Amino acid sequence: MPDKNKTLLVNQKLTKLFGGLTAVNNFDLDVHQGKIFSLIGPNGAGKTTVFNVVTGIYTPEGGKVIFKGNDITGKKPHEIVSYGIARTFQNIRLFSNMTCLENIMSGQHCRATSGTWASIFRTSHQKKEEANIRTVAESRIRQVGLWDSRDELAKNIAYGSQRMLEIARALGTDPMLLILDEPSSGLNQKETESLMEFLTGLIKDEDITILLIEHDMNVVMGISDWVVVMDEGKKIAEGHPEDIYHNARVIEAYLGSEETR
Amino acid sequence: MKYSKTLNHNPFFGSRHSVLIIVLGLFFIYPFIASNYYIDIAFFFGIYTLLGLSLNIVLGEVGLFDLGHAGFYAIGAYTTAILNTKFGIPILILIPVSALAAGLFAYIVCSPIIHLRGDYLCIVTIGMGEIVRLALINNPFDLTGGPNGVFGIDFPTLGGPFVIDSSIEYYFLIWIVVGLTIVGLIRLQNSRIGRAWNCIREDEVAAGTSGINVRFYKLLAFVIGAALAGVAGNIYASKLMCVSPESFTFWESCLMFCIVLIGGMGSIPGVIIGAGFISLFPEIFRPFAMYRMLVFGTVMILMMMFRPGGAWPRKREGVAFQSLVTRMREKDA
Repeated sequence: MPDKNKTLLVNQKLTKLFGGLTAVNNFDLDVHQGKIFSLIGPNGAGKTTVFNVVTGIYTPEGGKVIFKGNDITGKKPHEIVSYGIARTFQNIRLFSNMTCLENIMSGQHCRATSGTWASIFRTSHQKKEEANIRTVAESRIRQVGLWDSRDELAKNIAYGSQRMLEIARALGTDPMLLILDEPSSGLNQKETESLMEFLTGLIKDEDITILLIEHDMNVVMGISDWVVVMDEGKKIAEGHPEDIYHNARVIEAYLGSEETR
Repeated sequence: MKYSKTLNHNPFFGSRHSVLIIVLGLFFIYPFIASNYYIDIAFFFGIYTLLGLSLNIVLGEVGLFDLGHAGFYAIGAYTTAILNTKFGIPILILIPVSALAAGLFAYIVCSPIIHLRGDYLCIVTIGMGEIVRLALINNPFDLTGGPNGVFGIDFPTLGGPFVIDSSIEYYFLIWIVVGLTIVGLIRLQNSRIGRAWNCIREDEVAAGTSGINVRFYKLLAFVIGAALAGVAGNIYASKLMCVSPESFTFWESCLMFCIVLIGGMGSIPGVIIGAGFISLFPEIFRPFAMYRMLVFGTVMILMMMFRPGGAWPRKREGVAFQSLVTRMREKDA
């Protein structure tokens, strides 16, 4: 188990209901700093719902989300971003009709303060901030290797590039915790490998923690430090990737028992 | 394919500044060679440009369907009319007051409805615009003069000897205001505020999770848009010297909507083209006044079919409608 003292995100007894359906049921999750955490489970297990609760898109019916010691339960998405949590989506949600660079620049929005009047009168503070936003965005777009596409509209770049752009936009918010919802879905073998390389490099070079949902077992087993398995809204197992790989209960939940297959 | 690069090699855009200077020159010379009638047409062109710019913030930049913008225009015009006729406050001093009144009104009425999406918001804003007009007809507190409106509004002054009382001076008043507005809006477009607006238009959820306070920036767009419409109302009221509820009907809101759609959502040059079309079109087709609406409707339909991005889409985006149409076509196929 990773170092207990460096807990970054804690979910305590998280519960989320949709009408009569309990999507997430008393779910506990501790995420430790500087590691890659994977959340896996069959379709409909409630993984994305957990992400949506953590990032403020849903308000939970019960339980708490604590980030760096602050209770962020029920806060608005934009407030949660300013605490240092950034995310990507399962189905890519870019700002399609804006350029790639502008997409990343929008991530820096919450780190700047210039208001309407400052923007209209171009105060020196505003100019400095704009320059800074651009610098950060440019370094992020280089980092994901999309420098040449910086002036293209986001919708016009290749699918794999869009995935990377979305990650870059999340990184553009200067996050401490990066939440990725199926980052490798739709990517080919080569793209998946470079994504894995990118994520492990990120953990090494920056003070960032990664929490991801993933269906590609090669990715989960290849880069995770810790794996949490969900089924029907509950945590059914957690442990090191190799332990999870051989866990009978996980195999049953994930692949179905013998007769259903 | 990089648009910015091809533009730089294009001789027309390469000499963009000289084109701008020629256009500005024509604007200066125009009132001295045209008759008063044509100067007044240009004045109303200016009013519609200002209204189009104001709605463009809400509709073009943030993508909020607002079909009640005439309501904000009315608040600005009536604020000016009432404060000027009852208390004799000079018109030019009332410009910021009208802007503030319309902005405050927008803040109050839009706060509870700002979370509505798409057509729901559209319906509510239609209702809002109509309620404003009906309230004015019903003469609340004996202020608005009912269906007859308010008469005897002054020429614009600051209270001193300088009075704007000729068509030429009105022409310059409105176009200077439009010019300043355009400069301000271009600066906003290229700031974090403008980017936040566009992000919300593109994807509200992703905007929120990228750290943008969606509610705040939507309200901000409404307040700034309403304030600009209020300024247009101020100038309009003093030009006509009277205001009445029939100047602020649903049809006015539709015209503003058309200006933004014709020009291209989020495009400032597009708004000028759209406003030109809306204000010059009825003059050109005056002999066929009977068929005006027919031609107008046909032109709108043809626009949506063949140039859904607008006449002059914003170089970066302005493709919002284009993509909508493509998506619909893909669905059909």
